[in-house]
Amino acid sequence: MESELLVESQHRDLLRFATAGSVDDGKSTLVGRLLYDTKSVLADQIEAVERASVDKGMSTPDLSLLVDGLRAEREQGITIDVAYRYFGTPTREFVLADTPGHVQYTRNTVTGASTAELAVLLVDARNGVVAQTRRHAAVLSLLRVPRLVLAINKIDLIDYDEAKIRDIEREFTELTRSLGFEAPSIQVIPLSALVGDNVAGRSERTPWYAGPTLLEHLESVPVEGAGGHFATDAPFRLPVQYVIRPRTDELHDYRGYAGQIAAGTVRAGDEVVVLPEGHRTTVSEVRTADGPLDAAGAGLSVTVLLADDIDAPRGALIAAAADAPEVTSEIDATLCWLAEKPLVPGARLLLKHGTRTTQVVVGALTSRLDTEAVSYTEAPEQLGINDIGRVSLRVADPLPVDPYARIRTTGGFVLIDPPTGNTLAAGLVGDPLGSVAAGVGSS
Amino acid sequence: MARERKPSSWPRQVLTALDTLESEAIHVFREVAGEFDRPVILFSGGKDSTLLVHLAVKAFAPAPVPFGLLHVDTGHNYPEVIEFRDRIAAQLNLRLEVARVEDYLADGRLVERADGTRNPLQTQPLLDAIAEHRFDAVFGGGRRDEERARAKERIMSLRDTFGRWDPRKQRPELWNLYNGRHAPGEHVRVFPISNWTELDVWRYIQREDIDLPSIYYAHERPVFRRDGMWLAEGPWGGPRAGETLETRSVRYRTVGDGSCTGAVESTASTLDEVIAEVTASRLTERGATRADDRLSEAAMEDRKKEGYF
Repeated sequence: MESELLVESQHRDLLRFATAGSVDDGKSTLVGRLLYDTKSVLADQIEAVERASVDKGMSTPDLSLLVDGLRAEREQGITIDVAYRYFGTPTREFVLADTPGHVQYTRNTVTGASTAELAVLLVDARNGVVAQTRRHAAVLSLLRVPRLVLAINKIDLIDYDEAKIRDIEREFTELTRSLGFEAPSIQVIPLSALVGDNVAGRSERTPWYAGPTLLEHLESVPVEGAGGHFATDAPFRLPVQYVIRPRTDELHDYRGYAGQIAAGTVRAGDEVVVLPEGHRTTVSEVRTADGPLDAAGAGLSVTVLLADDIDAPRGALIAAAADAPEVTSEIDATLCWLAEKPLVPGARLLLKHGTRTTQVVVGALTSRLDTEAVSYTEAPEQLGINDIGRVSLRVADPLPVDPYARIRTTGGFVLIDPPTGNTLAAGLVGDPLGSVAAGVGSS
Repeated sequence: MARERKPSSWPRQVLTALDTLESEAIHVFREVAGEFDRPVILFSGGKDSTLLVHLAVKAFAPAPVPFGLLHVDTGHNYPEVIEFRDRIAAQLNLRLEVARVEDYLADGRLVERADGTRNPLQTQPLLDAIAEHRFDAVFGGGRRDEERARAKERIMSLRDTFGRWDPRKQRPELWNLYNGRHAPGEHVRVFPISNWTELDVWRYIQREDIDLPSIYYAHERPVFRRDGMWLAEGPWGGPRAGETLETRSVRYRTVGDGSCTGAVESTASTLDEVIAEVTASRLTERGATRADDRLSEAAMEDRKKEGYF
């Protein structure tokens, strides 16, 4: 028994996913149900929930209490940012970014989605696809979350009505197609978080549904590299975080360029270019503290040694020589504005891309996205909290950037407010939603 | 500390969960080394902070870890753990600062609590040590799966000049881009193992063959029963009248102040047995053994706001 458990665990990989939904879609109950059904909730937590449920006069334990937030949130009726939950099955571990629905939905959805490999979007079966569903789906498409699940929840409240569920499925499929998702990346699952139908166990009341349960689906979708935003199937990118120089007698000339591989794979002998300077050289060794590696892929923290004695300080990007990003000081980008303080043209801010932070001046705001209609409004005066808009930026130090639609890591950046240090925006290089919005027409 | 071992999945394209978590933690250590002037690792000799030190060693190998260690000593620690703490610091040649709660009790800056628990008393010496040494980044072994206030903690978490945590002022963390900007007098708490579960910690300790203080493994110890926990005999006031000492086979799941950290009955004397026990356990580690978290429903949230780890 013991050894069996250990053998299993060594091959477990990790899936990062996010949940999104409106306030009353039953998201907390669904998350509570996933934790409960995978036995990730332990006796003392269940007892606390049972006690609280009895106090509230409920006959069955309210699983949503398992994911109840901070006292500050309960007292003030607010929801703070994203909460992270952990559960596992014998084959896979899950990191769930649980994003609250109504307030600051863009900020929270963007944060949760930025590292997600998959997102579960909830709707109430009685209401189907609503405006909030469209907004969430647009943001998830913009952030290039590779896979979507539509969880049609509360099917017990519509008597497991197949026709009604098929209608919702049709409407959602149409929506996701207009947002650029391809059919295999979409899964629609009718379920009841409250009763447990099709969450971990198959429901007997949906015999017409041949697809997987939510948990089966989460367990079976492929994970690439380290998962989440790390793409192995992309050209090699390594932002240099730190130069390791032991300065001992035997390692006098050792210079290791340390970083987390942002995209692609690397092996000794690969031709690379160090940006922004553009020096070409060859990788002489890829290693971790455990020794040299034949190859290493996206998401792995490594140390790379280069054949030539060139300068690659923190902030440099080591990239595949054959397919290197453009180095530019003029960047067209899409911003998800996360702060109370609005963005106006001419603002002077800081931009962090990879391991480099530089000054930036915001040029023209070219358009603002209406996430509901998936269309752009031309030349807005400002971007407010939760707005998404296109801008042109000029940076003090030229940056090696990739289009976000191609590589999430080297196509993403954050904007920082110099006086307060607050993170103001998530930035996506290029217009990841452009072709999509063009497809449905812009106003 | 690291032995020769390649990430287990190569040449496979998919990393295991432990490889992924290790890489994420190493990334966080290197970001801090790149962006801060005076980082420090909170190191008690407990399993989570020992894991942190192991990861720091791996992040900068073959160079030494570019920052020191800080321990807030309640004076109620287990001798085995203090010995272990000093041994690791000496082995790695890392500077160890110790802030002592007992110094504060001796000169009246702090007063012993009626219940004898000293965990809440650690906050003041911690904040003073951070100010005195001008630490700007403080690594802690906190994990989001431990407790509900921690589920919402960022990996880099800003503290104001009073050391306080304001959950409403947390910065969104996007992709693997961490924003550690802070004003003079403010500092950032950094949690590289935020995304690890208790089981991940144990599996990684096994995979990497990490040495731990002996009290994590089953041993015979004279203990007494209080509030449903087994507490060890010690200078923290126990056993009191009506509490009787008996020798039991126990081990510790967390190591904190002796007055409020209970042992669990266990015969798990090897890593395999500990992992099997943790897997089968029906109580969370804090719920089982930490009286300080039982003080109230929002006990951890309140202590975090005051500047606790």
